[in-house]
Amino acid sequence: MSVVSQPIDRTDGPLKVAGEARYAAEFQLPRLAHAVMVQSTIAKGAIAGFDAGAAQKVPGVLLVLSHLNAPKLPQGGKAGVNPPAGRVLSLLQDSVVHYNGQPIAVVVADTFEHATAAANLVRVAYRETKPELDFERAKASAYPPKKMPQGKAALAWGDADNALAGAPARVEQTYTTPMETHNPMEPHATIAAWDGDRLTLYDSTQYISGVRETIAKTLGIQPERVRVVSPFVGGGFGCKGSTWSHVALAAMAAQRVGRPVKLSLARPQMFGPVGGRPCTEQRVALGADRSGGLLAIRHDVVSHTSFIEDFTEPSAMPTRALYACDNVATSHRLAQLNVGTPTFQRAPGESSGTFAIESAMDELAYELGMDPLELRLANYAEKEPHTGKPWSSKMLRQCYADAAARFGWSKRSSAPRSMRDGRALVGWGMATATYPAHQRPASAMARILPDGTALVRSGTQDIGTGTYTVMTQVAADALGMPPERIRFELGDTLMPPAGVSGGSTTVASVAPAVKAACEEARRKKDAAVAAGRRNDVIEAQAHAQETEAAKKFGTRSFGAVFCELRVDEDLGVIRVPRIVAAYSVGRLMNAKLARSQLIGGLVWGVSMALLEETQLDSRDGRIVNANLAEYHVPVNADIGTIDVSFCDENDTNFNPVGARGIGEIGITGIPAAIANGVYHATGRRVRKLPIRLDALI
Amino acid sequence: MNSFTYVRASDLDAAVREGARADTYYLGAGTNLLDLMKGGVERPARLVDVTRLPLAAIEELPGGGLRIGAMVSNADAASHPLVTSRYPLLAQALLAGASPQLRNMATTGGNLLQRTRCSYFYDTGFSACNKRKPGSGCAALEGHNRMHAILGASDKCIAVHPSDMAVALAALDAAVRVRGPKGERAIPMREFHRLPGDAPQRDTTLQHGELITAVDLPSPQFTKAHYLKVRDRASYAFALVSVAAALDMDGERIKTARVALGGVAHKPWRATRSEELLIGKTLEPEALKPAAIAAVEGAKGYRDNKFKIELAQRAIVRALRTAGGAA
Repeated sequence: MSVVSQPIDRTDGPLKVAGEARYAAEFQLPRLAHAVMVQSTIAKGAIAGFDAGAAQKVPGVLLVLSHLNAPKLPQGGKAGVNPPAGRVLSLLQDSVVHYNGQPIAVVVADTFEHATAAANLVRVAYRETKPELDFERAKASAYPPKKMPQGKAALAWGDADNALAGAPARVEQTYTTPMETHNPMEPHATIAAWDGDRLTLYDSTQYISGVRETIAKTLGIQPERVRVVSPFVGGGFGCKGSTWSHVALAAMAAQRVGRPVKLSLARPQMFGPVGGRPCTEQRVALGADRSGGLLAIRHDVVSHTSFIEDFTEPSAMPTRALYACDNVATSHRLAQLNVGTPTFQRAPGESSGTFAIESAMDELAYELGMDPLELRLANYAEKEPHTGKPWSSKMLRQCYADAAARFGWSKRSSAPRSMRDGRALVGWGMATATYPAHQRPASAMARILPDGTALVRSGTQDIGTGTYTVMTQVAADALGMPPERIRFELGDTLMPPAGVSGGSTTVASVAPAVKAACEEARRKKDAAVAAGRRNDVIEAQAHAQETEAAKKFGTRSFGAVFCELRVDEDLGVIRVPRIVAAYSVGRLMNAKLARSQLIGGLVWGVSMALLEETQLDSRDGRIVNANLAEYHVPVNADIGTIDVSFCDENDTNFNPVGARGIGEIGITGIPAAIANGVYHATGRRVRKLPIRLDALI
Repeated sequence: MNSFTYVRASDLDAAVREGARADTYYLGAGTNLLDLMKGGVERPARLVDVTRLPLAAIEELPGGGLRIGAMVSNADAASHPLVTSRYPLLAQALLAGASPQLRNMATTGGNLLQRTRCSYFYDTGFSACNKRKPGSGCAALEGHNRMHAILGASDKCIAVHPSDMAVALAALDAAVRVRGPKGERAIPMREFHRLPGDAPQRDTTLQHGELITAVDLPSPQFTKAHYLKVRDRASYAFALVSVAAALDMDGERIKTARVALGGVAHKPWRATRSEELLIGKTLEPEALKPAAIAAVEGAKGYRDNKFKIELAQRAIVRALRTAGGAA
């Protein structure tokens, strides 16, 4: 029986439960020194005076590194820029301040406490200039990005405006989502240790190879001289996909003090220097005939970026893929603010974008007097809309049917405010979830030992998602061994390289490489045994990447999300007691981990819908709620039952293991389903996230 | 963090002697003070640890009242049979606050003295905060102020007091017992916290060196009570608006009522005019409405918190009806 798909427990579970899994900040190195980052307190201007005198006098202080004494880096510190791995960083190369919270110095001391105390004593004088902190104003000079994370900034087919003008039914609305911040449990942390001209970085990252390349180029050394170690990551969600300033600063400081240096970010430092989801304003226009057939779709997005670097939240991407329509126009533009550069946050584009397009679809359904699910089925995309390619595999129809049946959707009365439970207004809402599937190049090695065990390695990451477990399962099947006899290792650049653990790509990318390496090792083993060399150590290495055959398909995952919510009629308090969702995501590698992953995504979707908002003070550009007390995410009491199912699917058109990736799709769709439920419950259409009681009373 | 001297008080006299010195703070469980010290908001030169003082008892008072020692944890107070049976309003309010972990640590005295959660107060990166730095201005006036006061604020400060417990104590006419260099006194809860006025740096009417030793509750007068806390998430969040409502009924009609609001002012906001208007009323929503309107008389909303004026009225009606068993 196949080990893949079995709901086996996490192979790293016991280590984590016992506190034995070692995270970046926990590596014990002799003579370890501690660094604390000093940040700007103005939004725009320049450092006019920098006084480290008092800081230097704190006992144990080894170094105050600033623009006055930092080493001059190649290309002004920009040699490593190559997104997503390498971003435009703040590396003390000049005195310019682009945002409030920008790293402007690093204090290194013998203890964390001394470094912290000294950092508080650094006195900085600024020459301030007027910052741009108003998105409304910045929008006036919004511009199309030169480059997007994927796809083109603007994409259109047919003639959307004309078709819209002639459409019998129309919805034209603007939807907004706020700035959000990732807040993984484990904040970013780096230990930098030099041994001569060799640098080892213990880093909490989603992309060890990216860190190696970025740091090597930034510091002007050979990549072979940089080793990055990251065996465990306490959540990343996108903010750890790029190499941010603190990693390079730790390496620079360690070089200067001649000791290993640890730089761990405090929670408030997670709001700004390491990205977050940009705010979006999305204008959606839908035109349809009276039977619900979509005649036109427009989806025009403005999101914020920094003055340092462009990053685009690609919110119109799902609109290019969800529905069959002959006239579609989509665009993205950027509005610059004096804030830290935003970045990829779980399902960039699809999370914020499905809120807009799937809210608009609900509005259209009401406009037409049609069931929201029926409207979606009437526009089901049998092939990838913007390319015309067939889907590698798509079972969204079954998702709609399964989830609707388990939810009891047919019992819904469609009129707003028509369902009640005592004082509570009951709302039932639904939406479509989607996220693209990609395979990135990856390699792996497998070694079969004479004792009947195997060691399998790939330079990938486990960001809490289960890479250790799933790759052990893949290796077990390919080697024909029980999983207990396999040790899978990852998170070290000495291992065969793999890509970023982002974009839901790890399984689809690394599993084919692991499978190929193990199959090759097994063949070699069989040959050795046949030749009588039973005790040979067998080793094989393999590389995998997207095949030409796979490029002929549209590769994307889908899901259907239904939710029930209760709104207190008097107080406006919204609670979500029940979510039912079904997904078409390809083959499940581990049913238990997959279920957890989707539940986690849905919980975050509830959070995005009802709670999360990074609040920017529009006067001085400081984040007002840069902590977990005021930046709300749900507690257990906020979450009701979540019922998740999967289609029985095996997408071998996409890759040899048949899996499409499940890291991100869970957060998509659900914010719209909740907003649609709020409308159904109350008759109020809220087009701005988060939806809080303020909007309902 | 600044260097400071730490002293553990062996008895009450020693504590008060130490506490009377300049730049000295009493340290209870530290669930708020230590965070503020780490953030550079509070910079005491000396801490007097009072956690070992014999102030952790809950005892009955002659005449039917109850004395809760200053060192009784919020968790212990909330689950004590004399509290749950006689003052369910207080037990509910305690359990509405913070998290189980914090309630296990936090003390009765410390809860009264917790500082506001205004973000501009907490982050020294904001230059303007009259509460943190008198005379520096109030960044919240025109900043993010969704959580802020609608009643009794001044142009110097619109922060709110964050405690749930204190709102119930205000409704119940509790008194705060303190001991200081000049001896002992009891401060009625309504006079214990103060409005910001021109001196928002002062949260209470305590004199320097005075130590809270206990909270006294008068004999229970109200059989029907409800603490309603309206917040964004279901737990572990400060109140947008909270209402402590207690009723003594005469059949269908209210004989006496107590109403106090949280999340709306610099102190627990006792709605005495509402209490007067409630006398003789039934629990019908329309009958309660004038009292709800009276509670927010003179209320002023700011950029983000205008909704609280309406929310407070609706919450008062709901809390009273729930207390009376009508909702």
